Amino acid sequence: MTARIGVLCGRVRVEEKALFLALRRRGATYDRLDEEQVRLSIGGLAPAFDVVLDRSIHHGRSMYALTILNQAGVPTVNSGRVAQVCGDKILTSVALQAAGLPIPRTTVAFTREAALQAIEAMGYPVVLKPMVGSWGRLLAKINDRDAAEAVLEHKETLGSYQHGIFYIQEFVDKPQRDIRALVIEDRLVGAIYRRADHWITNTARGGDAHPCPPSPAIERLAVGAARAVGGGFLAVDLLEHKEGMLVNEVNYTPEFRGFSEATGIDVADQVVDYLEAVAAN
Amino acid sequence: MILALTNTGDVLFAEVIPMSTATSATCPECEAAVPLKGDVEKGEIVPCPDCGAELEVIEQDPITLRLAPAEEEDWGE
Repeated sequence: MTARIGVLCGRVRVEEKALFLALRRRGATYDRLDEEQVRLSIGGLAPAFDVVLDRSIHHGRSMYALTILNQAGVPTVNSGRVAQVCGDKILTSVALQAAGLPIPRTTVAFTREAALQAIEAMGYPVVLKPMVGSWGRLLAKINDRDAAEAVLEHKETLGSYQHGIFYIQEFVDKPQRDIRALVIEDRLVGAIYRRADHWITNTARGGDAHPCPPSPAIERLAVGAARAVGGGFLAVDLLEHKEGMLVNEVNYTPEFRGFSEATGIDVADQVVDYLEAVAAN
Repeated sequence: MILALTNTGDVLFAEVIPMSTATSATCPECEAAVPLKGDVEKGEIVPCPDCGAELEVIEQDPITLRLAPAEEEDWGE
């Protein structure tokens, strides 16, 4: 029986076009669920899909839509629980640490005063990150007390309540690159380096993608991190610390155009394989 | 396609997104003709060649464009 596949999305980027093409090539039937039109009744019966792939760029929409679909009995890639954890840097760090994975030293504080004390205790430089956010936005490298005081005040005064929850992390002096590893279920798909002159290496901020030979350490950390947050189709970002690799974060609606260009791996095709496997179960 | 899950459990499919063969649409900012590929998808972002505005395809039949919304705080991957 042909799997009934739904794709939750609004904006269509290179990745979504590649996924649609891979689905059509496979002869799979799929329906787009327009996130601007979708209405999800809590407590309703399951919609007629064997699996729904989430490709929304809105974390809030993804998290709630996936959670409601899962509650209605529809499997999703990824699950609502994975979205909750990966979309929140604090919950991600907690999950990774609980799984015994190495992460940068991280402290959470709820007031400016406590945050400043935590920063001084950690030692400069540190990085302040928003609890929710992606693409390297609103990251602040804090080199001294003056900068700390200014940024903390700005965050608390100008931001939403979430910016008053301070996520403070040691600055990892990495070699002008990080490693992005893609994982599908318990399998490492591959890895790339993201290189940049800036300390922020996200490809969304101009980082260049280059092939990275997958090593046992990358595989162990990437698969372990994916498992720690609940598993699925995930992008794990690793930092090369002088004392060993650290898991930085896990992304649950991975962009992969740079990855595919650098490695030659048809990620979209592998995602469709995974969707069909999830649907069959 | 629009998915609606009702309280009675009915699933409504109210709109099917068709493939389009259109090759241009009007920029809502400057009214220039914006060239589009035949396989353009709803949700794609296209630049206006005249004014440079980022435009989002919101309908495919007929092709309709709107100014792409500004990036929101929870956007990302």
